[in-house]
Amino acid sequence: MTLAGAMAPGPGPLRRPWLLLWAAALAILVALWLAAAWQPWLTVYPEAWILPLRHWISDAMRWLVKDASFGLFTFKELTRALAWLLDLPLQACLILLSRGFELPLGAGVTVPPLSWLGVLGAMTFAAWRAGGSRLALLVGLCFGYLVVFGQWDSAMVTLSSILVAVPIGVVCGGLLGIQGHRSPAFERAITPVLDLMQTVPVFAYLVPVLFLFGFGPVSAMIATIIYAMPPMVRITMLALRGVDRQVVEFGRMTGCSPRQMLWKVLLPSARHSLMVGVNQVIMLSLNMVIIASMIGAGGLGHDVLTSLRRLAIGDGLEAGIAITVLAISLDRLSQAAANRAPTPVHLRQQQSFVERHALLLGLAGILVGSYLLAFVVPGLRSYPAALTIDTGPLFDDLVEWINVHLFTYLDAVKSALLIHVLIPFKRFLVEAPWPGVALVLGVAGLRIGGPRLALLVAGLAVFIAVTGNWEKAMISVYLCGISVVLAMAIGLPIGILAARSERFHRVAQNVVDTLQTLPSFVYLIPVVMLFQVGDFSAMIAITAYALAPAVRYTDHGIRRVPGEIVEASRMAGCKPGQILRKVQIPLAMPEIMLGVNQTIMMALSMLVITALVGTRDLGQEVYIALTRADIGHGLVAGLCVAFLAIIADRLIGAWAARRKQELGLD
Amino acid sequence: MANPLGTHRGTALARLGTAGRLAGAACLLSGLLATSPAWAASYPESDDAIKMTIHDWTGQYLTTHIMGSVLEEMGYNVEYVQADYLAQFAGLETGDLDVAMEIWETTGKQAMDESLKTGDTVDLGETGMQAIEEWWYPAYVKEQCPGLPDWKALNDCAEVFASPETQPKGRYLGGPVTWGGMDEERVEALGLDYEVVHAGTDAALFAEIQSAVQRKQPVLAWVYTPHWAPIKFEGEWVEFPRYTEECYEDPSWGTNPDKAYDCGKPRGWIKAVGWAGGEEKWPAAYQAIRNFTMTNQDMGEMIGKVDLDGMPADVVVQQWMDENQDTWKSWIPKQ
Repeated sequence: MTLAGAMAPGPGPLRRPWLLLWAAALAILVALWLAAAWQPWLTVYPEAWILPLRHWISDAMRWLVKDASFGLFTFKELTRALAWLLDLPLQACLILLSRGFELPLGAGVTVPPLSWLGVLGAMTFAAWRAGGSRLALLVGLCFGYLVVFGQWDSAMVTLSSILVAVPIGVVCGGLLGIQGHRSPAFERAITPVLDLMQTVPVFAYLVPVLFLFGFGPVSAMIATIIYAMPPMVRITMLALRGVDRQVVEFGRMTGCSPRQMLWKVLLPSARHSLMVGVNQVIMLSLNMVIIASMIGAGGLGHDVLTSLRRLAIGDGLEAGIAITVLAISLDRLSQAAANRAPTPVHLRQQQSFVERHALLLGLAGILVGSYLLAFVVPGLRSYPAALTIDTGPLFDDLVEWINVHLFTYLDAVKSALLIHVLIPFKRFLVEAPWPGVALVLGVAGLRIGGPRLALLVAGLAVFIAVTGNWEKAMISVYLCGISVVLAMAIGLPIGILAARSERFHRVAQNVVDTLQTLPSFVYLIPVVMLFQVGDFSAMIAITAYALAPAVRYTDHGIRRVPGEIVEASRMAGCKPGQILRKVQIPLAMPEIMLGVNQTIMMALSMLVITALVGTRDLGQEVYIALTRADIGHGLVAGLCVAFLAIIADRLIGAWAARRKQELGLD
Repeated sequence: MANPLGTHRGTALARLGTAGRLAGAACLLSGLLATSPAWAASYPESDDAIKMTIHDWTGQYLTTHIMGSVLEEMGYNVEYVQADYLAQFAGLETGDLDVAMEIWETTGKQAMDESLKTGDTVDLGETGMQAIEEWWYPAYVKEQCPGLPDWKALNDCAEVFASPETQPKGRYLGGPVTWGGMDEERVEALGLDYEVVHAGTDAALFAEIQSAVQRKQPVLAWVYTPHWAPIKFEGEWVEFPRYTEECYEDPSWGTNPDKAYDCGKPRGWIKAVGWAGGEEKWPAAYQAIRNFTMTNQDMGEMIGKVDLDGMPADVVVQQWMDENQDTWKSWIPKQ
């Protein structure tokens, strides 16, 4: 509804036929609304009409797990073999980084894991090689945090699963992307699948993954890969397509075979863009740490969950920051590695062996040296507990202080917002007649992108109703809608400020990065303590998480407004405020709308997390299905979340593309 | 809690072997019938790890690790696997998971009965602990609502417990939807002027209770024991008409002749459940699990040490193991 509402008056000339169509659609909507008084099925989709899709999916899944067979072996045996295979590198990493290895000689002879000093030194050294002393300092500080705050052991467990999941995600994603680049038919087939992989909440497919791959860290890793891989596929396709024509021509002229063309010409030229994909895989994998720990991944996610369960907010925060710190150092490291210009081939040949392999030799030296040293100095093997810092109680006291002293004010704000905004808006959406909403969405689709888009969005809306999830979906729309408005209201000004000042830009970027990688669970529990269980707490958590794209895209959009235009308007006598209002923001609007789009995606992806504080939306449905191991129920509710996302994405995407064309920005 | 499952598994493996077998032998000697040495070889019957499930509350972690330690002392390999309380039945039926130490009558009975019906899981008996789950309020609320703990006083105090969203009804904070609990039905059957708000997780539920207690504000919520909250916060359980099976099944029972659920929540056993295949694979281990018993008092104290004093759970487990040798040795089957 809000979406349709926002679309309706769309800027640009309103032509008469459209006006009529809109009037008709809105009239029908209102008529249906009034009719709902004696035709209740218009607002509440009758149970008898619900398509039993969830039971079909559950049955299909049961067949897949119990009976499906390829003759020689069953489907389940295949997936279990795959799980066993994936467990090997994971175990290797765990042995190396976290728990060592017991020699099969008996009598407790063990080979200890790498020393913390070695890993810290190796990471810092790699950072120095890739990005100079500033990066080395950053990475050193990040890993130092893990050591000093006593997060090392858990962090290494988490790092192990990342070290396995990321390469698999990158390679599989890359291969799929290459296939998509080669065959347009494959690309068309895989695009909707990628959409679903990114928008169906992870909880929805955890249960099938558990059934097929067994309980334990490997299942968690597979879920992580499914979630983190799609951007790699997309970026690979995009990067290969974006390779300079001339380079491709040149390759063709020198007589490259298709294989040579791919490996020697296309991939090396697209290296920079491909690294963006790698970066995304790393970040998304770290996003999954908490959820993965719910099904047995252990590590930092597990620490966050157990601390918060004891309401040790400070401890949870420390473990949460450890995840952020890992994410930021891996992110910056991979970016630096991508940006570093490789030594040209003709120079490489003049280098000595040591020069050519300085990185590897240095890493090996640090790791082996510290490893051996640790036999002499046990403090290097595991950091002495007496030297760790614990700031946990500090934060617990802080939250308690806020709770005791400021609650009255917080509560007043909360009550006012709830009574005057949230509850009326919720009621409005829940009472909206579903055929009318689908119709309005269809008209919006027709206006923006033509009949195909219209059919798609209306069809998806009807799917949600037909599977019996309409009311929950509307509650989801209400929660996300309010949060997105709030996130934009906060994010737009910050983004505008960031676009105008370089220093503010840097600060804002760091804050936004932290908000996105800090597990939301960490701030969810203090929020509950201050605002109680319910929609308001959920709204705050969603807003905090969805703020990032609002800031980023606004910043980016305004920066991208061509300098000549700004200059010209200044010459024409615009004041700074006028330039911003009349020139920069309108021109940046398509980009900002893409930010809105991303904000909506983020908000929808938070629904499942906010189910943990007791919302009653699609996220809760997915969560209930997870705990009851009801595969069909979970997947259908998950699909509904995905469809909400796709409706918003297609409408906004089409609008932004059209608008860009009208403004001549492409 | 610096205890990722990985490292623990490491130490568990390291501790195995000789130490376990020695302890096993020692216990045999201390047994009344020091029978033939052949028995010593008869368990562990298999070196395959017994996979025990870990859920999201401290008590269960302790119960499981105590039982796990005893099994390790007997010479078994034990692996701890994080699994969801209700979703785990799927794993228990296939043998992906082997033992779940805490299934509560109050929340897991239905899922357990359904699973037992398949024949793929077996009931490993009661753990001796008694689950209490009921509507709970902090002691200071009594000043505003002196009629408590009698449930009939609840309606007079609805205003006390109300929040802006629920006004004029009172607000009762229930457990996560997945815990069941029949609270909506109870509210209706007993004619209570309350609205049930579900916390999404255990953590959210107790976060709100703690926050209210800090501010000395009224709160009415689902609390269960064994848990640290009723130890830490002084409070009482609302006294509803006593639960009986008829109350839940027969509408005519109780104060409301037309509706069932016009009584309190069942208080009941906490049972262990296992994969049926384990019965043949590790019979002695399953016997030991059947012998496991623990009192609410002991468990409550241990949970308090972990959740309130911040002691590492593994240290608490080890302490209990050291101090209660006779108790756990008596669980190990002797023949």
